[in-house]
Amino acid sequence: MTALNLAATGTTSLGEAVQFWVLAVVAVGGALGMVLMRKAVHSALCLAATMLALAVCYMAQGAVFLGVVQIVVYTGAIMMLFLFVVMLVGVTSEDSLKEQLKGQRFAAVLCGLGFGVLLIAGIADARLNHFTGLSEANAEGNVPGLARLIFTRYVWAFEVTGALLITAAIGAMVLTHREHVKAPKTQRELAAQRVKDNIQLPPLPAPGVYARHNAVDIPALLPDGTIAEDSVMETLRERGQIRDVSQEMLRRMAELENTTADWLGRPSSERPTVAGPRKSLEPVPAQQPDAQTDVPKADQEGAE
Amino acid sequence: MNPVNYLYLSALLFTIGAAGVLIRRNAIVLFMCVELMLNASNLALVTFSRLHGTLDGQIIAFFTMVVAAAEVVVGLAIIVSIFRTRHSASVDDSNLMKL
Amino acid sequence: MNSLIPLLVAAPLAGAALLLLGGRALDRFGHWLATALAALSFGFGLALFSDMLGREAEHRAITKHLFSWIPVNGFQADISFRLDQLSMTFVLLITGVGTLIHLYSVGYMAHDERRRRFFAYLNLFLAAMLLLVVADNYLLLYFGWEGVGLASYLLIGFWQHKPSAATAAKKAFIVNRVGDMGLSIAIMLMFVEFGSFSFEPILGSAGTVGGAAQASEGKLTAIGLMLLLAACGKSAQVPLQSWLGDAMEGPTPVSALIHAATMVTAGVYLITRSSAIFDLAPDAQTAVVVVGAVTLLFGAIVGCAKDDIKKALAGSTMSQIGYMVLAAGLGPIGYAFAIMHLVTHGFFKAGLFLGAGSVMHGMNDEVDMRHYGGLRKHMPVTFVTFGLGYLAIIGFPGLSGFFSKDKIIEAAFAKGGTEGWILGLCALVGAAVTAFYMTRVMLLTFFGEKRWQPDADGNAPHPHESPKTMTIPMVLLAFGSVFAGGLFAYNGSFLTWLEPVTGHSEGDSPLAPLVVTLLTTACMLAGVAVSYLMYGRSAVPVVPPVGSPLTRAARRDLLQDDFNHAVLVRPGSALTAALVYFDSRGLDGFVNGLAATIGGISGRLRRVQNGFVRSYALSMFGGTLVLVATTLLMRSV
Repeated sequence: MTALNLAATGTTSLGEAVQFWVLAVVAVGGALGMVLMRKAVHSALCLAATMLALAVCYMAQGAVFLGVVQIVVYTGAIMMLFLFVVMLVGVTSEDSLKEQLKGQRFAAVLCGLGFGVLLIAGIADARLNHFTGLSEANAEGNVPGLARLIFTRYVWAFEVTGALLITAAIGAMVLTHREHVKAPKTQRELAAQRVKDNIQLPPLPAPGVYARHNAVDIPALLPDGTIAEDSVMETLRERGQIRDVSQEMLRRMAELENTTADWLGRPSSERPTVAGPRKSLEPVPAQQPDAQTDVPKADQEGAE
Repeated sequence: MNPVNYLYLSALLFTIGAAGVLIRRNAIVLFMCVELMLNASNLALVTFSRLHGTLDGQIIAFFTMVVAAAEVVVGLAIIVSIFRTRHSASVDDSNLMKL
Repeated sequence: MNSLIPLLVAAPLAGAALLLLGGRALDRFGHWLATALAALSFGFGLALFSDMLGREAEHRAITKHLFSWIPVNGFQADISFRLDQLSMTFVLLITGVGTLIHLYSVGYMAHDERRRRFFAYLNLFLAAMLLLVVADNYLLLYFGWEGVGLASYLLIGFWQHKPSAATAAKKAFIVNRVGDMGLSIAIMLMFVEFGSFSFEPILGSAGTVGGAAQASEGKLTAIGLMLLLAACGKSAQVPLQSWLGDAMEGPTPVSALIHAATMVTAGVYLITRSSAIFDLAPDAQTAVVVVGAVTLLFGAIVGCAKDDIKKALAGSTMSQIGYMVLAAGLGPIGYAFAIMHLVTHGFFKAGLFLGAGSVMHGMNDEVDMRHYGGLRKHMPVTFVTFGLGYLAIIGFPGLSGFFSKDKIIEAAFAKGGTEGWILGLCALVGAAVTAFYMTRVMLLTFFGEKRWQPDADGNAPHPHESPKTMTIPMVLLAFGSVFAGGLFAYNGSFLTWLEPVTGHSEGDSPLAPLVVTLLTTACMLAGVAVSYLMYGRSAVPVVPPVGSPLTRAARRDLLQDDFNHAVLVRPGSALTAALVYFDSRGLDGFVNGLAATIGGISGRLRRVQNGFVRSYALSMFGGTLVLVATTLLMRSV
């Protein structure tokens, strides 16, 4: 609150200076990160950081109400909206690094630099040394002061922004509304279509659940030991997040059998042969010899 | 410290946002850059408010936020509907205005 | 009595409308209906004439206002008629000769399946011509003027299945358009100058002074020259004479009525009617006499060389109208004689044409005089009437032509000075040449040995006298040819009759009237003698000899068509081609080039609009940059 009071009086304390430099670095870093990050999600998070830093800046300058609004509305609502849309559109959608417009990037950087230099030069040229401060204006508190202005002098603008918000809400609904031109297909029609297409008649196979992994990303095994790709959902397949654990599973089954046999002291003839995967399962993993090893390997697994 | 530093920060952020609008192609990121520019101007407004000792700057910043919220709602709706029809969020793909 | 004037026009007009709209139901008696209506019109004319004679000379002109035609503020055109002595003369001539020729046509066109239509056109012509001469203002006159042009076109091209007839009709119409343009310009000039079209405000009348008296001479000259152009077109005067010879493609009664007796004299009527303008514009008058004198000799020379009997007569017509125009150009000395010659010429030339038609009728429509010969025994009535017409036209003493032509020659000398001598000598030479070519026609047709041969189908002609319907008009016209001149000249009766309208003054002739008469007669006799020596003494070759260059040129109408082609058609085509070239290359080239330039620039500018949002954003940002920089610079300066 010291910083706030100081801000209200129009002078700056050392504390505010330190706070400013920290926040400025965060804000600029967030801004640059937003522009430079390739994934939209990362950009959104960087922007959120910048906004939070700005919110603190607002408060430091005596705009307590705006700081809170910045956090609640911007960082809370708007950024969530952004993230929501990013999810809707596709988290993985990245910008390719290759610029398609000739000279656009160069010109953009040039213009940006020129503009920044101009703005900063303009501000420096203004020689703003005297600060009135907000102690007088905020005498009865920042929120009552703002409220007095909003509901007296700016009441007309306030009403108009209200109308604007309603219009925007309706506009968003109209824009995203999809008219159904034809009736959606019934289950019966979909089934008939599937028979007609004759690509995958029965239901897709369930993923191979081995109780030790996040089950959905592990494909089921076909009788011959190969994996059934259809058993993993399409999204994961496309992302390459499919985990082929067939070799490992077979080996572990054999190890379990062997441990039991050791305990019972069975002759080797009664033990199951730990067969390697069929030749067709190429490429053969490099750990093929490990399949014959027994206990020490199991320890390693346990350490995993 | 001279509070005018806030103005420098504001100018810097604004420029970064503007350059981002020109460089990025993802429509969502483009929108974020626009938001950054609005925020930068808000910071400047708040600083001006302090500079003049009146609350009007803050009021304007407040209205800017409201308008930005409305803009984001409509803009994101547009992006969603474009994505639905063209399966792309890149602004370069929407060049139907080209002769 | 005034209300009879519209009926003059209405009777033949009703006939034309009935015959054209009535259809085949009128085929059987339509020609008699048309003839009866023409005769009715003549009856009206006679009634009006007797009424007019009953009044004092100063009060003979009567007018009849029918209705307001185009009543616009400041622009008043009326359907109103004016019948004075001049109009009366024309009315009697038109209806009288017209009725006779209707009667003649009944026989001549007996075998034509489109006879009803022919009579409808004849009636239409009568109506238009009567409208022309009884009109009270120039606009209505122009209406009639165009009406006779239309009727002339329809009748020349009546046998439209013949390409030559169709072409001749078009030629007549187009050449007439040139003259019509002159008349329309003259009318516009008059309206601008006098604010009216009516005769009385412009020309004045007995006791009043018209606007022409106050107008400047330059304007009057311009109006006069335009009127002369109109007269040249309608009356086949040089330089618009080329259509008349080809107009003989029409049926012979048409040639007799329209292209000899009446329509072609409309130009003379126009000049005489506008005498108040010409009298005050000496330059225009000079132009008129020059045109008259040149045409007089031109037509006579052409008439000498033609073997086609109708074309020889057409040349003669041109020449005789030249006499009239010459007389009309002499001013008050000659107006009355121009009209007098016009009337007598109407009789004898119509008679001659009807005679020619009668000959053709008996000779299987053969027109080449070299294939005639010795026809006097086969068609005695035609021979006698044609012979009387012939004597009249060459000015044989005592017949019509003698009185009227003699007066014109006398008036030409009376013009005075060098001018008078030149004009008088021209007229004398014309008289001699007239006697020469008319004697040639007479000798080739009715005297000598028979020269006709079977035509291509092997049908030898059987020359025979024409039926009564044809001979009766010829006889009547022959009476006119013989006695009209003497009647008019007796005690100067015609002069007295017309004087209130045209005025009259005696010129100071360098030669005594008797001397002129003797000279004229001598010239005439010389022409006859030369012709007799050339064609009467020796046998006429069936195939025309090559002849001198003048003869060859005269056979081609003194190269008038070649002249028109070289001077008007070819430069016109070249001008058109040049304009087309200029239009397609120059104007279109400029416009297309401009469009291509703009298109090219746009095509290059278009690339700026690449459709990428970020590009547009960049240009916006650049613009903002410039604006901010400018603002800062302006503030710091």
